[in-house]
Amino acid sequence: MTGPALIGLVVFFLYPLCANLFYSFTNYDLASPPKWIGLRNYTYLFTQDPRVGKAALNTLWFVVILVPVRMACSLGIALLLTRRKRAAGLWRTLFYLPALVPPVASVVGFVFLFNPGAGPVNTLLRTFGLKGPLWFNDPALSKPSLLLLGVWMMGDIMVIFLAALLDVPKDQYEAAELDGAGSGSKFWYITIPNISPVVLFSAVTGVIAALQYFTEAAVASSVANGKTGIDAGADQLLGYPNDSLLTFTQWMYVQGFSSFQLGYAAAMAVVLFVIAAAVMAVLLRKAGLFRQKGA
Amino acid sequence: MKAAKHPPRPRRGWRTGVCIAVGALALSGCATGTDEPPSAAPPTHLSGTVQLWHHYSGREAAVVQSVVDDFEKKYPDISVDVHSAQQDTKITQVVSSGGDVDAMITNVNSTLGTACKTMADLAPYMKRDGVSLSDFQGIFAKATAFGGRRCSLPTTSDVYGLYFNKSLLARAGYTEPPRTLQQLEDMALKLTTYHKDGSIRTLGFNPLIGFQQNTSATLGHAAKAGWTKDGDSAVGSSRQWRALMSWQQKFVRKIGYNKLKTFTAGLGDEWSADNAFQAGRIAMALDGEWRVAFIQEQAKHLRYGTAPFPALAGSGQRYGGGFVSAADIGVNKRSSHKEAAWALVKYLTTDTPAAVKLANGIKNIPTLKSAATSPALDAPAPYRTFIDASKDPASDTSPVTEIGSTLTATMDDFWTGYQQGSGGGLADGLKKVDEDIDNALGLRRAK
Repeated sequence: MTGPALIGLVVFFLYPLCANLFYSFTNYDLASPPKWIGLRNYTYLFTQDPRVGKAALNTLWFVVILVPVRMACSLGIALLLTRRKRAAGLWRTLFYLPALVPPVASVVGFVFLFNPGAGPVNTLLRTFGLKGPLWFNDPALSKPSLLLLGVWMMGDIMVIFLAALLDVPKDQYEAAELDGAGSGSKFWYITIPNISPVVLFSAVTGVIAALQYFTEAAVASSVANGKTGIDAGADQLLGYPNDSLLTFTQWMYVQGFSSFQLGYAAAMAVVLFVIAAAVMAVLLRKAGLFRQKGA
Repeated sequence: MKAAKHPPRPRRGWRTGVCIAVGALALSGCATGTDEPPSAAPPTHLSGTVQLWHHYSGREAAVVQSVVDDFEKKYPDISVDVHSAQQDTKITQVVSSGGDVDAMITNVNSTLGTACKTMADLAPYMKRDGVSLSDFQGIFAKATAFGGRRCSLPTTSDVYGLYFNKSLLARAGYTEPPRTLQQLEDMALKLTTYHKDGSIRTLGFNPLIGFQQNTSATLGHAAKAGWTKDGDSAVGSSRQWRALMSWQQKFVRKIGYNKLKTFTAGLGDEWSADNAFQAGRIAMALDGEWRVAFIQEQAKHLRYGTAPFPALAGSGQRYGGGFVSAADIGVNKRSSHKEAAWALVKYLTTDTPAAVKLANGIKNIPTLKSAATSPALDAPAPYRTFIDASKDPASDTSPVTEIGSTLTATMDDFWTGYQQGSGGGLADGLKKVDEDIDNALGLRRAK
């Protein structure tokens, strides 16, 4: 009975994993057979690639800033929504709606809103006599601009938090109130322990998504640079402005499918896999801190 | 009670690992075929189905299909299956994985350095059938070979030049377009107008790298700035690059980087009717010959002219040429219909009526000399500028290398930072570009 599952495991997991590892030690450009070059790809990655460092730092920024901010905002909104009795359904729908918009459409809309020359945000700022920034066209503000988009689209996590919060037993709050606990104490000693599995789930999925961050950054780069579509050659726009939106996976894509450095892209994938596995191991280990005593 | 059995140790795990590694090697396959010589004489009868893959889509794909239909009429026993709208990377992947491809059209500058290995050597076919490289305009014959292998021939080309708005120039008192970059800058500054708040209303010329067709490849040509020497990067030791980039950065500073960025971000899409030049928001622009067709379609009332792009004085560049690039077509080395595929390649590249039909339809510049001078070529005056430039000895392209567009992308990346003052010193920056390009080439050439 386990035969089909084993075949699936080998064909769709083990083989790609091993093949990728094998290619990472080769010079492979698609057009000719892979040539074994030992650790050369890894040497290039860690000591010579001029853009991989920037790409890794940008990715780290999204992991360290975007994930916690999205989680904090979605938990905060979910908490507020649990207290809202009137028109609760309407509010929940309103906050969830942005998550239904396809990411590409959201980015295109956001870049338009924050267009420094003709966008509504800067036009509004101008009416108040303020000079709007360059937003997606400024290397210092491009990532925070994407952060705004990430927060706007937090509905997916918010719904999960909301469900978890509504499941927290009311009697625990009532008992805490009888003991004179304040809002902060109730949140820290009752809410957080009760929803800790959901917090862990959000953190794990959020970090994985941030490590693989691609679409939003790629579209923002392209559209902010004056292109309305992702067409052939658009990969050369990845990272605009000044590599500030270049992420590790985008650079891996460029190396593999634009520069035909398949062996090098495989080495990048191996490094990403190892980093993701290490981060997950640390997260899951630390998750013990959130476990309820005796649970 | 029996002690629980320990699970068996995976002593044979290493064998599984070896099997998987061997399997990976086997599946990686990628035999590239061989350059078997063609028969001594051309076949008297050709038949079979040729699979043609190319990157054209929409209207342009329809033009290619129409020329292919003509070919099928000429060779009634050959049928051609056309796979249009395929990106170069996809075509290379399909060919490399043994897919059913007989002939393929790709892009010279970004793909040929890799794709050439998968293509058959056309030299013996050309020698046998009397096809001469001197049949082609300018540098296109040279640009469509790589590593000493004649793996492809040019079909159509893109040529870059200067577009200028006659009305805006006349209003500022100019009757002629600029011939040097300094004249371009002087005119552009005079043509630039501002709103009351200091923001740009109309721009004379947008000097920002990254704006539409402003790239290191297209602008580098204006200074005759070289890319490689003996196969390695040579930008760091180039006086021309330093002169060109210094000029550009000073030009940007005179208007203001932030002002230019704000203005640029508010412009319409390059490929729509809102194009900044077509909409009269920019007086002069560096663009390809295709803009003539766009203007005919989208901005019929625009009074404009075209000219070769200005040259940087003292750089050794001669006014009259321009940056060029080409689409190349070759035969898959593993094709089982090589003769039929070669017949198609020969038809698309050396048959004058076919080349004219392609150029007229796609609105690119023909690479075949007889097509470029054909009276059947639809060549309005603005388009004629690019035909003349394509054969000018001063026209050139960026070199075909194993790293494709990484060559120019590395320079673009540095220049983009440099133009706003964050790129550090120019000489040191260019040396770093040299190093980065050489490292990328080194990885690609690693054995």
